[in-house]
Amino acid sequence: MSWRLWLPLLAFAGFLGLAAYQLTQPKDEFVESRMIGQELPYFDLPPAMEGVEGASSASFADGKPRLLNIWASWCLPCIAEAPQLESLKRQGAEIVGIAIRDRPADVGRFLAQNGNPYARIARDDLSEVQLAIGSSGVPETFVIDGKGVIRYQHIGDIRADDVPVLLEKLEEAR
Amino acid sequence: MIAELGLAALWLAAALAALQMVTGFLALRDGGAGELAGLIRPAAMVQGVLVTLSFLALVWLFAVTDLSVKLVAANSHSMKPLIFKLSGTWGNHEGSMLLWVMVMGLAGALIAAVERRLPERTMNATLAAQGVVSLGFYAFLLLSSNPFERLPVPAAEGMGLNPLLQDIGLAFHPPTLYLGYVGLSVAFSFAVGALLTRQVTPEFARAMRPWVLGAWVLLTIGITAGSYWAYYELGWGGWWFWDPVENASLMPWLAATALLHSVSVLASRDALRTWTIMLGVVAFSMSMVGTFLVRSGILTSVHAFAVDPERGTFILALLGLFIGGALLLFALRASTISEGERFAISSREGALVFNNVMLSAILAIVLLGTLYPLLTEAFDVRVSVGPPYFNPVGAIFTVPMLLVMAVGPLLRWRRDRIERIGKEAALFAALVLAALLLFGLLADVTLLPLLGLALGFGLVVASLLPLRRRKLGRTPLATWGMVTAHFGIAVALLGMASESAFSVERLAAVGEGDSTTVGPWTVVLQAVEPVAGPNWTALQGRMAASYQGGTPTMIAPQARNFWAPPQQTTESALVTRWNGQLYAVIGDRAPDGRWQLRLWWKPFVPLIWLGGLLVALGGVLALLGRVLTDFRHRRLAARIAERRAEREALA
Repeated sequence: MSWRLWLPLLAFAGFLGLAAYQLTQPKDEFVESRMIGQELPYFDLPPAMEGVEGASSASFADGKPRLLNIWASWCLPCIAEAPQLESLKRQGAEIVGIAIRDRPADVGRFLAQNGNPYARIARDDLSEVQLAIGSSGVPETFVIDGKGVIRYQHIGDIRADDVPVLLEKLEEAR
Repeated sequence: MIAELGLAALWLAAALAALQMVTGFLALRDGGAGELAGLIRPAAMVQGVLVTLSFLALVWLFAVTDLSVKLVAANSHSMKPLIFKLSGTWGNHEGSMLLWVMVMGLAGALIAAVERRLPERTMNATLAAQGVVSLGFYAFLLLSSNPFERLPVPAAEGMGLNPLLQDIGLAFHPPTLYLGYVGLSVAFSFAVGALLTRQVTPEFARAMRPWVLGAWVLLTIGITAGSYWAYYELGWGGWWFWDPVENASLMPWLAATALLHSVSVLASRDALRTWTIMLGVVAFSMSMVGTFLVRSGILTSVHAFAVDPERGTFILALLGLFIGGALLLFALRASTISEGERFAISSREGALVFNNVMLSAILAIVLLGTLYPLLTEAFDVRVSVGPPYFNPVGAIFTVPMLLVMAVGPLLRWRRDRIERIGKEAALFAALVLAALLLFGLLADVTLLPLLGLALGFGLVVASLLPLRRRKLGRTPLATWGMVTAHFGIAVALLGMASESAFSVERLAAVGEGDSTTVGPWTVVLQAVEPVAGPNWTALQGRMAASYQGGTPTMIAPQARNFWAPPQQTTESALVTRWNGQLYAVIGDRAPDGRWQLRLWWKPFVPLIWLGGLLVALGGVLALLGRVLTDFRHRRLAARIAERRAEREALA
């Protein structure tokens, strides 16, 4: 009996094993940013409405870790995560918002309804910064350390049980 | 009531498949002499009838939109046009699996009814194997995806059908591929049957060949139609994306193409016995692997419909049972199958073996590229494999294969001298070189399209050479089939190469009344107006397109909005000329009131699908030729038997 005749069965068993293993794995639909562990790419964005400050990459490198929240007034999950952002702010987190493809009037209306947890709000009309830091949707929240390095990425809206995780990551980034 | 009848018929059919399996294996043990053996063929035939009734019951439920049936409520809608209500029967997981088992049942019934060439033992083993495969699918349907399940309370309205699927082309694309897959399952049963009895003979190859040919023709049509559908429906301007699901349909095709050629060698020369068996197993396993990849959602794909990990587990179990079992049998038995006839390297067989190896290599490359993301994901690395891998790596094996395809059919069986076909080979080489020089020097074409154009021109001529010095009227149909199919490959190759070498794209923001150009075309956007269909509304751009300033053709691409379920799709507009296609898509409105237009001029792109159809036509001719020859032989055999009986009676 030739050993080569067993090769197809062996290869097939390998495939079966791999496929079976993958079937048992929870399916992760999120695309993680490749920028984690790297410095923020350079940007300098204007304010999203009157009466707030814009943001630049330089404004992150002053020694204080911050949260960078990618959001938009047209995004429904952003309404859902607003209370959690408030709670993060109350517990000492400084949050910088970047409003994606938004209008000043809509931003104002959104903040009036859902509260304003942001220290600064910049506008990113072409998703340039969003794409550069590797965010594939809204909302997303990044932890940026005091040197301006991206430490952690949270994809999707922040739920109540994500709040301690983000606070811990902020502490780690100190 | 209809739903319950359908379900009952399905259970009965499953019971008959079990009977077919058990009696088949028992008959195999006692040499086919027992009374049980007589049950096998009728069981297969009745099973075919029952499963067809079950499928028709489901079609009826969809036709009348019986919303008390869960499947209908989830996939249909009372407002849908009738044709799409009917095609909705198989436009979902459960219905498509029922279609699958119906075709399988009909195929089993057909073999049981007409196939008399094989020794009865091998025939019983084949039908037993077919019983195992069918029973697996019946179990899948009845245990985990019952299409006839009722809702406790009938739904008020259906949930609609994906509007992308409301397209006449797509109504027939999946069933065509399915028929092809099922054809390969028959070839698989033949291969397993022959392995069980060790009777791998030319008769076996002749019995298996029509099924392989038929499956191959349907797969060719299915892939060609699917590619054209993706081209005009998705609005991306491309015709092949190396998406996992496209690969899933390409892999069985590659395996079936290899099998088709090796089964021909076995039928006419009694060589390549174990290789043919192996390919028979591989071809069906590729269709199962494809089904698994699509249905389990294990790979990310635009086609991932009906994704459900539980179903994935079931299909994987079936896959392990069928293919694992067959490969185990192969490992145990293949060494006991005696070696076939030998042949020289420079012979028709030699060329076919070379092409078989190349096809298998391409198959391996596509399989590896498709499964690679699955492999790396196990180590938490996300990758996606696309054209930069598939195109060049595939070309490494495609180019030598096409070179041999040009001269192989001119060689004689068993042993030949290459010098004998020196003139033809020189003609082919001259054509290829001339095209290489012409396009390489005159046009700015990258390497792969350049090779494609050169080989295409050479092959268009070389594929016709087997007809030379033949009386055309007396050339067998099967030879015509081969020539047509090879010619079709050359035509498709020219289309692919021309599309990637010479396409021009224009993305422009155009106001109403303004014009833009793409290649030799001038397009004027006359107006954008709303239009309404049976279950959608759309914005339609009315445009006048003129080729080199000639009389304008009116085209109207649409951006459609469906409301049940809400979804937006693009309907591209095409203008086809003998030398190419203009492809227009209308996009969003910019804040300044101008419309985004996306235009392509794609020279000779229709050749891709024309070539695909020619390949399929070649398959049809070959199939027709083989079946007619078989009929003639049968009639002859019957007449000889009759005469012998007469003579004996006289004596």
